[in-house]
Amino acid sequence: MKRLVVVGNGMAGVACVEQILKYRHGFEITIIGDETHVNYNRILLSSVLAGEKSADEIVLNDIDWYRANGIVPRLGVRVTGIDTAAHVVQGSDGSAIPFDKLILATGSSAFVPPIPGVDKENVHVFRTLDDTRALLEKSGPGRKTAVIGGGLLGLEAARGLQVQGCDVTVVHMADTLMERQLDAAGGALLGRKMQNLGVRVLTGTQTAAVLGNGHVEGLRFASGEEIRADLVVIAAGIRPNAELGRAAGLEVRRGIVVNDYMETSHPDVFAVGECTEHRGQIFGLVAPLIEQGKVLAAAVTGNRGPVFTGAAPAAKLKIMGVDVFSAGAIDDSEPGVEVVRYEDAAMGVYKKLLVKNNRLHGVILVGDASDDHRYKAWLSEGTDLTPHRRHLLFPPPAQDAGLDVAGIPDGETVCGCMGVTKGDIIHAVHEHGISTMAHLKDRTRASTGCGSCSGLCARLLKAVAPEFEEDKQKVLCGCIPFPQEKVREIVRSQKLRSVQDVLDIYGNGKGCEVCKPALAYIVDVVACGGHEEDRSARFINDRVHANIQKDGTFSVVPRMRGGVTTPAELRRIADVAEKYSVRMVKVTGSQRIDLLGVKKSDLPAIWNDLGMPSGQAYTKGVRMVKTCVGSQFCRFGTQDSITAGIELERRLENLYTPHKFKMGVVGCPRNCAEATVKDVGLVGNEGSWQIVVGGAAGKGVRKADLLVTVETTEEALEAAEVFFQYYRENANYLERTYDFVERLGIEKVRKETVYAPPETRRALLDRLRKSKDKSYDAWLERLDPRPTQFVEIQPMETITA
Amino acid sequence: MSWIRITAAENIPPREGRAVQLGGLELALFNTGDGFLAVENRCPHGGGPLADGIVGGTTVTCPLHNWRICLENGTVQRGCAGGAPPVRTFPIEVVDGIVMLAIDEARIAA
Repeated sequence: MKRLVVVGNGMAGVACVEQILKYRHGFEITIIGDETHVNYNRILLSSVLAGEKSADEIVLNDIDWYRANGIVPRLGVRVTGIDTAAHVVQGSDGSAIPFDKLILATGSSAFVPPIPGVDKENVHVFRTLDDTRALLEKSGPGRKTAVIGGGLLGLEAARGLQVQGCDVTVVHMADTLMERQLDAAGGALLGRKMQNLGVRVLTGTQTAAVLGNGHVEGLRFASGEEIRADLVVIAAGIRPNAELGRAAGLEVRRGIVVNDYMETSHPDVFAVGECTEHRGQIFGLVAPLIEQGKVLAAAVTGNRGPVFTGAAPAAKLKIMGVDVFSAGAIDDSEPGVEVVRYEDAAMGVYKKLLVKNNRLHGVILVGDASDDHRYKAWLSEGTDLTPHRRHLLFPPPAQDAGLDVAGIPDGETVCGCMGVTKGDIIHAVHEHGISTMAHLKDRTRASTGCGSCSGLCARLLKAVAPEFEEDKQKVLCGCIPFPQEKVREIVRSQKLRSVQDVLDIYGNGKGCEVCKPALAYIVDVVACGGHEEDRSARFINDRVHANIQKDGTFSVVPRMRGGVTTPAELRRIADVAEKYSVRMVKVTGSQRIDLLGVKKSDLPAIWNDLGMPSGQAYTKGVRMVKTCVGSQFCRFGTQDSITAGIELERRLENLYTPHKFKMGVVGCPRNCAEATVKDVGLVGNEGSWQIVVGGAAGKGVRKADLLVTVETTEEALEAAEVFFQYYRENANYLERTYDFVERLGIEKVRKETVYAPPETRRALLDRLRKSKDKSYDAWLERLDPRPTQFVEIQPMETITA
Repeated sequence: MSWIRITAAENIPPREGRAVQLGGLELALFNTGDGFLAVENRCPHGGGPLADGIVGGTTVTCPLHNWRICLENGTVQRGCAGGAPPVRTFPIEVVDGIVMLAIDEARIAA
């Protein structure tokens, strides 16, 4: 058996091996990597830094893959030399590994500019998983962090570090960001957007020295100006790792020189990836490297034929929520180049096309890159734009939903990272009966790289697969186009604390009456009440803690726990009703008293005179616990429903929920307080309590499902609390428990609440207590109102007609 | 038409609205976060208090039945199909931290 040795366990080398495995290769394959990790997706390191993914989630091939394919991995071993004459590579562990064919996939290293002081402690590069872990360890809230380099990698590092709470400054030598991919206008727009999101951007700034005594304390610029920094990330570009090739006597210029078959100057040595130089060009993005791997795989297995002819540079990424796409030329001063552009500064959208000889020559998209595949196809195929001239910047409105998919030729690459064409996907769908995105990813690897083509892949799958299964996801709203589950995950992983941050980074920056209250709820529940409260995102009821009526007046419902009151309270309610000329006093269906027709400006005084807490009858939150008389007085009562109901209300009051949350406690199965049509009901029996959930008596009537039966009142209260917190964390905003329980199924709800492992239940209760500790009676805001919250503004001057 | 001083700008928090009565006219003043805008405080649908609505960019949504009004030109962006008359808008400016409104005296009386 012939021995194939691959030096480098990165994306390019392993992707090439994957291609080799598709041939009947007859090799014994060894992969040597100097990192100790299995093959991972380097593109997603920024997601690890930003906390969106764990290190495990970016693994491309786990150790079983090596075993299953008979590949010997040698990890943590650096190759120190190659003897091409003897066909042996030397490892840093003293090993000598013989080969018949050798593939160099040594990648590249971060370029560290020769700035005085760069060797100080807490100066890092951002290139590997270990670099990422080191940065995660050293980052943290308030940490003053400088990123040197405002290119693609630098901006991704900046975003990740900001998510970790760092106070980030990007220092960039050129006058605008990402000048290799964007023109000045596009770069400036991106810079403004980043500034708005709280990252300081210093362009046209050259770093002259890294300051500090041992560890970094700041930077000095060429202008003499200095800034403070306790952490510095250098992202000033990458350099091919070509030294090994040079020492082995291969032809090396900037990178290891390869021909169109990926052969080096030695007949048994090949090279692939960022370490190579092809026709004078070096490649740093993943798509052309995957292409190189396919060509190399053919050549090394004796199927020499396919050629690599280079690639137009193309990059698509999302930086701090801003979509950026760039492909082809960016210089518009070339003779014969026409510029077609569109700019909407308010929307943060910039599109610019360079057209030459009626063919697309280059494209820059900032803020909206949804149309990138059209431009990629025009570029790679040299399409004559004459019939498209009227729709260059925006596609013509689609006549049918499948049109954009139908318009893509079979040979066109859909997933640039993994080099998967439309034809590949169609073939795989028919061959393997694929009907879901997960299955498609697994089979073809499409959309497993940067993920930016996942929308297109899904549309393609939908158009082609006979049994396509739609992801049952609905987006929150047009302002923030993610399903609620995804929004909750983003808020949690990105540690977002305010509605405006979520909208700025992941939405349109504005929001509306649909998404703002939902986001206000989500940031509150995820942070257990530790969010930044933004009243502008709340409905008027939650700004003034009263229920707006059809004439703009409000209703006031004080809290009467369990529906129990006192003569003194009733006297105060009567006095208030008279003093403020309340238009109607009404007993509600939930055993409370409602004062209707109150002026907004009277609210704080009324609350003060009542001396009772808010009944929260106006909000998506805990409303009340309705009780029957129970064993204290009732001849049939078996349980003390009043005491249990009052305690339940105390434990949950003042908390927000996805939708209003009503409860009932009854002392016997006669169910006088209708506990079985409440969101949570406690039904007393002789010696036990039934906890029922998901009941309704509104537009529809639904009998609540039995969650669990327990013996003691304390157990009953705790079961209700566990369900309550589970609903708060997992239901969509405006989803009542009866829809929530039906959507999940009561078995699943039981399994994840009352039957969950003790530590899961404890964690739910801990988060509930944490939220409860931060909550307070909303009517206390009368003591510290927001500006002009209750009173109408009095004009400083008036005029008379 | 004359400019009159209404109130300190900080009395209208970002992305919120506040009502002010001027003669026979009730106005809703908004701080969009990027600037200030003023309209009549009355939804053309059911007369709802627009100042109490949720602001999204330069629109406000009436708290009663979710009609959405453009604060720049007063047009109804979402409401009944038949089309409702636009809400009246008023020139507004902040000078030295004070919100100023341009008001036609005759309109107040009207």
